[in-house]
Amino acid sequence: MRQATTPGWVRSLARVYPRDRLLTRPAELAPYESDALTAFRARPAAVVIPLTQEEVVETVRLCHREEVPFVARGSGTSLSGGSLPVEGGLVIALNRLNRILRLDPEERLAVVEPGVINLEVSHAAAPYGLYFAPDPSSQPVCTIGGNVAFNSGGAHCLKYGMTANHVLGLKVVLADGEVVRIGGESLEMVGPDLVGIFVGSEGLFGIALEITLRLLPRPEVYRTLLAAYQSLEVAGDAVAQVVAAGVLPGAIEIMDRLAIQAAEAAVAAGYPKEAAAILIVELEGEALEVEASFDRLRAVIEASGAYEIRVATDEADRARIWKGRKETFSAIGRLSTDYITGDGVVPRTRLGPALAEIERLSAQYGLRVANVFHAGDGNLHPLVLYDGRRPGELQRAEQLAGEVLRMCIRLGGSITGEHGVGMEKREYLTEMFGPDDIAVMRRLRRTMDPREIANRGKMFPA
Amino acid sequence: MILRPRTPEEVQEGVRSHSRVWLRGSGSKPALSPAPPDAVILDLSGLAGMLEYDPAEFTFSALAGTPVADVEALLAGHRQYLPFDAPFARGGATIGGAVAAGLAGPGRYRYGGVRDFVIGVQLVDGEGALIRGGGRVVKNAAGFDLPKLMVGSLGLLSALVALSFKVFPRPEAYATLRVDLPDLPAALAALVRLATSRFDLEALDLEPAGRLWVRLGGTAVPLRQRVEGVRAFVGGQAEVLEGPEEQRLWEDAREFTWVPTAVPLVKVPLTPKRIPGFDAALASVGAERRYSVGGNVAWVAWAEGLRLADLDHVLSAQGLSGLVVRGPLGRSALGTIAGAAFARRVKVALDPAGRFPPLPWDTTAPSASREAS
Repeated sequence: MRQATTPGWVRSLARVYPRDRLLTRPAELAPYESDALTAFRARPAAVVIPLTQEEVVETVRLCHREEVPFVARGSGTSLSGGSLPVEGGLVIALNRLNRILRLDPEERLAVVEPGVINLEVSHAAAPYGLYFAPDPSSQPVCTIGGNVAFNSGGAHCLKYGMTANHVLGLKVVLADGEVVRIGGESLEMVGPDLVGIFVGSEGLFGIALEITLRLLPRPEVYRTLLAAYQSLEVAGDAVAQVVAAGVLPGAIEIMDRLAIQAAEAAVAAGYPKEAAAILIVELEGEALEVEASFDRLRAVIEASGAYEIRVATDEADRARIWKGRKETFSAIGRLSTDYITGDGVVPRTRLGPALAEIERLSAQYGLRVANVFHAGDGNLHPLVLYDGRRPGELQRAEQLAGEVLRMCIRLGGSITGEHGVGMEKREYLTEMFGPDDIAVMRRLRRTMDPREIANRGKMFPA
Repeated sequence: MILRPRTPEEVQEGVRSHSRVWLRGSGSKPALSPAPPDAVILDLSGLAGMLEYDPAEFTFSALAGTPVADVEALLAGHRQYLPFDAPFARGGATIGGAVAAGLAGPGRYRYGGVRDFVIGVQLVDGEGALIRGGGRVVKNAAGFDLPKLMVGSLGLLSALVALSFKVFPRPEAYATLRVDLPDLPAALAALVRLATSRFDLEALDLEPAGRLWVRLGGTAVPLRQRVEGVRAFVGGQAEVLEGPEEQRLWEDAREFTWVPTAVPLVKVPLTPKRIPGFDAALASVGAERRYSVGGNVAWVAWAEGLRLADLDHVLSAQGLSGLVVRGPLGRSALGTIAGAAFARRVKVALDPAGRFPPLPWDTTAPSASREAS
């Protein structure tokens, strides 16, 4: 293990933080070396655990002064390596900056600190019949700060959008230490949408200290339908038919055979095990309207080639369907210890061909690929299974995942729908955008962070 | 001098060859393009036309000067729509102007505003480079979200060349409840109850003192029954409107037919709790006003005899901001506008040479030192 002499800036931090909130010993640092993209690891020189916004601001100012690269981190659930530390840099762990500062049901908003867990916002809002809409699969653990940095999505983005669509205002400390409030409490604003550009900036501008979130009233009813198909491509085509029929579901999800098997083994969700693919479609809203739309939806699904259709009978049944879906990522671990979680987007009308191409690539590379994804948004999540102990297999898996991303670009889509660019897709950003596009993004980055210390090394190619 | 580019390249050329450039679209919101008499104006209204529209995809891309009305007519043929009701569509508003102005009509209430539907942008930055941000798919987290940044950017950061939007299926039928309550507090209380209820409303406007406009939309068959549900919930004196009359009502709201064109029209973002204090100030000078989007925006008709400076004072005193959409040229931003320090940095990144007009609310001299050490 590397045993460098303690940098001067770590000694400066010791004047701000007590010993138990300034971690420097290898054993203390180990949990911070990686996030949910475990293929990458880096050892920071130190981790600090601020309890107040003032401590964060002081830390950022110190980092700017001493030119110390820092990474703000919540629960470390990033699938793109977004919270990977900089080797020898600082990690600012925000989990304990986790107060819900205000919850105003009449204004339908909550003001929270970045370490608040996503699901806790909905729990706090539940007594008022409200909830926070973005629902990434990691929502029982991931933090709002991370959701803001990476513009997190989830299964229910189709109707109400991603995190960016639910953030009204922010108090941020920019990477050079200036504290700024942007946005406000209203749904509307005057002047450029500054909140809009901060959300999804992957930590490259600075750190959100306070986040004003929009809350929505909980729908009166949900109606959840599960349809089984004998072909993945037919399931993909069914999505376009549902969208074209003019019903607007809250969520449309697809899982393929491998994903179904993994989910069944893990949580026994009651999925049809022999299906090549299942489609989960959920309507939400006023009971009368949902019932009327549901009849139409059912007719579309029946005509789409589904061989079995099930409708959730009650809330427990619905919860079981979603539990299987949301735990598939971790359940895949039962099939293979190693896998890459892909994330790309294609136009919704191209889902069928895109899935056929993924099947072809899987056969060509001799690697299993499980598909579980937000079909209504065209947001693919191919999980590429590999065995890291076999020489060259990780590289082959990465190549396959890369070919999927190039296909997304070719079909007019995107290299990421919700996981962000992070470490993982830096090289692909330049395939999706031209040099001038990247140049403007870099200029934006440098006006916020002239020394490029905030989440250094992420998003842009090295 | 007015330049009328027909292609993105001509926009680039226009920006590169002048040191100061003002932008305008169709001019439907004249107070937002207040070019001085000797200015070089890039009129983008000729940069018009649909680039891509596949109805099955529920997205479209069009050049920035494309009239909102043309887009809506095309979408309507496929039972689709842009739910945020871009104002002044009848007055010639373009999609680029709708984004740059960042305005939304009553329909914003249901699914969100311009920021929630714009998914891609092509723009010419202050250096004359043609830049792409976002894309053409409904979900996208690649790179910084330039399309959102352009919403409300007022031609201060870039010249918009083309835009992509997602669209939604249009409700089959609409109905509106006109609810009359005794006074503002009663109407506000009802508004808040509705906004936190499980009713899915298309629009929720308040016309002082006590009138609420509640719009529902959806599948035709259960609509009447849903309306009755809302009527029972809200109480008060309620009348149901349907058909062409109902449709005209909301078109008029979106076109601001209640405000004479000579009277300054000001947008003021706020929240329901800020309404009583603000309304008292407006009532005391006799300014007409309407609260839209569930009490998230006030539209103020600042009558001819009144000075905008006085509204500026009211807004500043109450910590609110205002945008003059129609009215005397030269004064578009009022009150307290958040995030000037952040906006200044964005401006430097996108328009380093300052070819586009300066941020009107940024009173700090460019040379002033920042707080950063």
